[in-house]
Amino acid sequence: MASAQAYPSSEPERWKYLDRIRTRAGPFTNDGIFDGSMVAGQMDKMKILVIGAGGLGCEILKNLALSGFKDIHVIDMDTIDISNLNRQFLFRQADVGSSKAEVAARFVEQRVRGVRITPHNCRIQDKDEDFYMGFQLVVCGLDSIEARRWINATLVNMVDDAVEDSYTPLIDGGTEGFKGQARVVIPTITSCLECQLDMHAPRAAVPLCTLATIPRQPEHCVEWAHVIAWDQEKPFPELDKDDPAHIGWLYQKALARAHEFRISGVTYALTQGVVKNIIPAIAATNSVIAAACCNEALKISSSCAPALGYPDDNYMMYSGNDAIYTYTFKHEQKDDCPVCGNLARELDVDPAWTLGELVESLAARPAAQLRKPSVRAAGKTLYMQSPASLEAQTRPNLERTLSDLGLREGDEIGVTDPAFATVSFKFKLKFTKKS
Amino acid sequence: MTEIVANQTPPILHGPTEKEKKYDRQLRLWAASGQAALESANLLLVNSGPGVSGVEALKNLVLPGIGRFAIYDEATVGEADLGVNFFLDQSCLGKPRAQCVTSLLCELNPEVEGAWYPNAEDVTTLESTLATSPLFTAIMYALPIAKDTLALLEDYGRRNRTPLVAIHSAGFYSYFQISLPGAFPIVDTHPDETATTDLRLLQPWPELVEFASDMTKDIDNLDNYEHGHLPFVTILLHYLEKWRETHGGANPATYKEKIEFRTLVQKAARTNIPEGGEENFDEAAAAVLKTVVQPSLPSGLKKVFEHEPKKPIAEGSSFWIVAEAIKGFHAKHDCLPLRGSVPDMKAQSKVYVQLQNIYKAKARQDAAEVLETAQSIAPGRHFDAAEVELFCKNAPFVKLINATEGDESESNLGAADRLREVTAQEFASDENAELTLAPLSLLPIYLALKATSHVASASADEILADVAKTVPGANDQERVVQAAQEVARAEGGELHNIAAVTGGMVAQELIKIITKQYIPVDNTCIFDGIASRCQVLRL
Repeated sequence: MASAQAYPSSEPERWKYLDRIRTRAGPFTNDGIFDGSMVAGQMDKMKILVIGAGGLGCEILKNLALSGFKDIHVIDMDTIDISNLNRQFLFRQADVGSSKAEVAARFVEQRVRGVRITPHNCRIQDKDEDFYMGFQLVVCGLDSIEARRWINATLVNMVDDAVEDSYTPLIDGGTEGFKGQARVVIPTITSCLECQLDMHAPRAAVPLCTLATIPRQPEHCVEWAHVIAWDQEKPFPELDKDDPAHIGWLYQKALARAHEFRISGVTYALTQGVVKNIIPAIAATNSVIAAACCNEALKISSSCAPALGYPDDNYMMYSGNDAIYTYTFKHEQKDDCPVCGNLARELDVDPAWTLGELVESLAARPAAQLRKPSVRAAGKTLYMQSPASLEAQTRPNLERTLSDLGLREGDEIGVTDPAFATVSFKFKLKFTKKS
Repeated sequence: MTEIVANQTPPILHGPTEKEKKYDRQLRLWAASGQAALESANLLLVNSGPGVSGVEALKNLVLPGIGRFAIYDEATVGEADLGVNFFLDQSCLGKPRAQCVTSLLCELNPEVEGAWYPNAEDVTTLESTLATSPLFTAIMYALPIAKDTLALLEDYGRRNRTPLVAIHSAGFYSYFQISLPGAFPIVDTHPDETATTDLRLLQPWPELVEFASDMTKDIDNLDNYEHGHLPFVTILLHYLEKWRETHGGANPATYKEKIEFRTLVQKAARTNIPEGGEENFDEAAAAVLKTVVQPSLPSGLKKVFEHEPKKPIAEGSSFWIVAEAIKGFHAKHDCLPLRGSVPDMKAQSKVYVQLQNIYKAKARQDAAEVLETAQSIAPGRHFDAAEVELFCKNAPFVKLINATEGDESESNLGAADRLREVTAQEFASDENAELTLAPLSLLPIYLALKATSHVASASADEILADVAKTVPGANDQERVVQAAQEVARAEGGELHNIAAVTGGMVAQELIKIITKQYIPVDNTCIFDGIASRCQVLRL
């Protein structure tokens, strides 16, 4: 097998290590779908999109450029901050303030000859379906669940059974400290990111009354300054979490409150961490996860070895806190997934709840995580977040109970949220009496 | 000093320094102490072959601010390097690879010092590199490696007690292997937030008993607000007292009794109030199974207690003396020094802070006792009180890595025997894999790569012939044959992605070893880029 012929790319000596693997079969290669003679040519022409040019994104761009991809696009709306420099290795002190997508693209283009990287300095939501249809593969290195859900829903919605090119595999990486995950989604065929949403449950919010009357932890003091004191005193017109003066104000407020209640542990770093919901991040973990993602990209694009996705494992969990542990498994698609399933998802509700309570509960539920939901049922609009006139008209419904609104056990409701404009989340009400 | 004191505005906020800003995301993981350890570390990479994994590892160490690194690499940059190594470019062709990589790595962080060898001046061999460089904190080397080069490094590691990390990556496969110079204890293991700590509810000390009974003595006549804000610790202590009254003085011990006790607590919650229930009683009930327990000695600490250092304890590092003191504490009190932290719970601020202080005071008292014992074990030795407190606080989570290693006379025969033993175990457990649903062993990958430890590349047959010598019979196993074919496919070439995965993992491990935080791999980690998973084995 090892003696099989390699099919070199246009620069055989430069890419010899890669070509040995991607253009000739190994013991695990599926000969039915692999054709080594075609690989280099196909990959030369492939268009691949990288979402995010941050900690993972920098690594992903480097890895793809050294995996034989030639036409890479990268999209990121962020500018470079000093706190990026400990891991986002394509950026230097002098780049602080510049567009991440542009600086990263230019750097990798200059370093690796023959690769073209097109930067898009904008939000992913600014691009339409035609834009996303132009790619054969999407690799995500994001730190926001919301952006992941958006691109996931967009790629799933693009699928048209009649058009083979409409299935765009999505490879997603994420890290936190020494931990991370890499996963592959074949839209509508395998479990999608929305199916897996409950693996990333939001942190339980501290009740408002704790913040207001009985703080016990330094975090409670910071949240109080952030949620209550800021609104009362409005020291600046709008909170800018990146402005040291604003964070400094919150820190002083939190410190004073901690003093009052004899709570220790409020620091500037803690204040910033709580307010910005900072997730610890290091180069080493990004290196592992981004490369695991790009390894899948290479395997999917060349079929030179089995890849994550279909039909078996699609998810690799990685943890480096206690030695190194990976768990690679198949996350099953959910029939009641609001994005890729056909069935409405069951929603436990108390019929005595007001619609307002239901709307509020959607944000905290691990399987929903919708912060600005609008609700419809049986063709009727129950509550709309916008436009303002509709909001005003439907607002009184928030005070009415579910049974009062005529909702019954088993009724389906449709929920939309401006963060996921293309999706209507279907839920089926299941009445449970609170004990 | 002519400072204006009058009419002062509040002091200007001490915001973070530029360095704190740059390193913010990592300081949240290993704090200033870990950062200081990194900044005083000096690493050596001995590179050969494509040599990408080690360079990727260095990238991940230069970025967070390792103090100094050096690369020893005899290769000159060739065309193939440019297709796999990101820290080289067109202009590097024909130049020393160590020089070019060092220069492009140094660009990543101006605070890091980099050196490269052999240089054209004075240092032309690995021997002189080792002899003339400041002491290395750890050494990484890429496999394949010449046997005499390896012998040099192993000798340096033995003499200077320097950790060595071997890295081998070819095609979709890789492994790395850590050799530590002796038993390696870690105190600051960063246990998961969900890890339970002993609140000592079954062995409360007088101050805690007094506090709890004071709060609960008139529990039925408390108003709803007070009743609903009793900290769950006091609720449990109160009802444990009640329980003992009706159970001959015994605490709930069996699972059944604990469930009964939990029901007792649940039923004590007030329900005839507008909220319909009490959160603090919910918390109390939920905590029963986790906190109403006689804590057993955690396995990590047990290993430390049982470890017999070669030197007499009083002459060893302070770690072993404090461990001995804690062992004595445990024998005397039948519990570990109190951790001193209290989980968040529904309570009035003032009450919660009081409770926190009671726990903290007791923890300090326990630590002081441990310190005193330590001093009696090694009279005249100075102990850092903060270090002892940290050890006491983390005692349940302390880990000992490489516990049986460190015997300098351990011969190669020992390692070979161990490999055969582990191979037999792994193959045996693979036979039951279908039943146990356990993933198949990755040892075949290690065996196949190991067969090319000293040759640039080999055919599948050559690899299997070598495997037959190390582990007779293993060469007949189908998965070993496949692994050999896969390794042969690469002909010694690296894939950049696998190098980056491996370099990332190696960097994580070095950070853990240098900062003495989190728990390092003991001692071999194998990565399979086809199945996308890894396995850690002690080989």
